[in-house]
Amino acid sequence: MLLIHCPYCDETLPEPEFAYAGEAHIARPADPMALTDEEWRDFLFIRSNPRGTHYERWRHVHGCGRFFNAIRDTVSDKFAMTYRAGEPRPNLDALKEAAE
Amino acid sequence: MTAQIHTFPRSPVTVAVRPLATRFSLRLRPGHRETGEAALGLPLPHRIGRISVEGGRQALCLGPDEWQLDAPEAEADAIRAALPGSLPHALVEVTDREVTFVLEGPGVLDLLSIGIARDLSRLEIGRGARTVFDGVQAVLVREAGERFTLSVWRSFAPHVEELLHRGARELALGL
Ligand SMILES: [Zn+2]
Repeated sequence: MLLIHCPYCDETLPEPEFAYAGEAHIARPADPMALTDEEWRDFLFIRSNPRGTHYERWRHVHGCGRFFNAIRDTVSDKFAMTYRAGEPRPNLDALKEAAE
Repeated sequence: MTAQIHTFPRSPVTVAVRPLATRFSLRLRPGHRETGEAALGLPLPHRIGRISVEGGRQALCLGPDEWQLDAPEAEADAIRAALPGSLPHALVEVTDREVTFVLEGPGVLDLLSIGIARDLSRLEIGRGARTVFDGVQAVLVREAGERFTLSVWRSFAPHVEELLHRGARELALGL
């Protein structure tokens, strides 16, 4: 079972309290009418689906109820970090260097 | 020879239903928390899981903008009237929505572990949490080292109660 750190509760808690909510940092276009069908399709359906570092959303649904973001390795399932919704996308390489 | 057991050993944990006095769900933006505290005459903790008590009133912080308020029935009207309309908030009475179980005894952590994946030995006395018990959303409060309350929505209560009694019985039999 995954253990996930909720940045609002500031606790590391078991996965059944959380719900996965897709890739993070995807902003809805401000003016959808200005988009081509292909651009709109890409916004709706096309995701990066990386092998490795993935920026993704989670929700502490059976807890504080908040959405937040996480960086997880899709191969090892290891969480690098979690951070509050609305915060800028952290630079993982810079964080790794700072930790070393 | 078959020995028939007529008396069962005492369970290391008891399960009982605690009648609720009055419970409210309060939603309030973090920026309005202090105004809400002054109006209610009750501190609203800003850390999730913390509980404050003032007189007979109690507030448990469930989220950055969410509290569970418990109070004696006689204070219900006063609480309903406490928050001014000029303060954006949502206050909903949820007394009849929930059933609260009191679980007590040296086996209480073992009993809760049948439904909750959290490490509850780390939950400090006097704190609470919203979590999930065997798939059912629940609010758990550690009132004492060996006493917890578990509140679930009424429609889930028969399932939770059956499971708790079964678990307590298994613990009593040493299974
Ligand atoms: Zn949380």
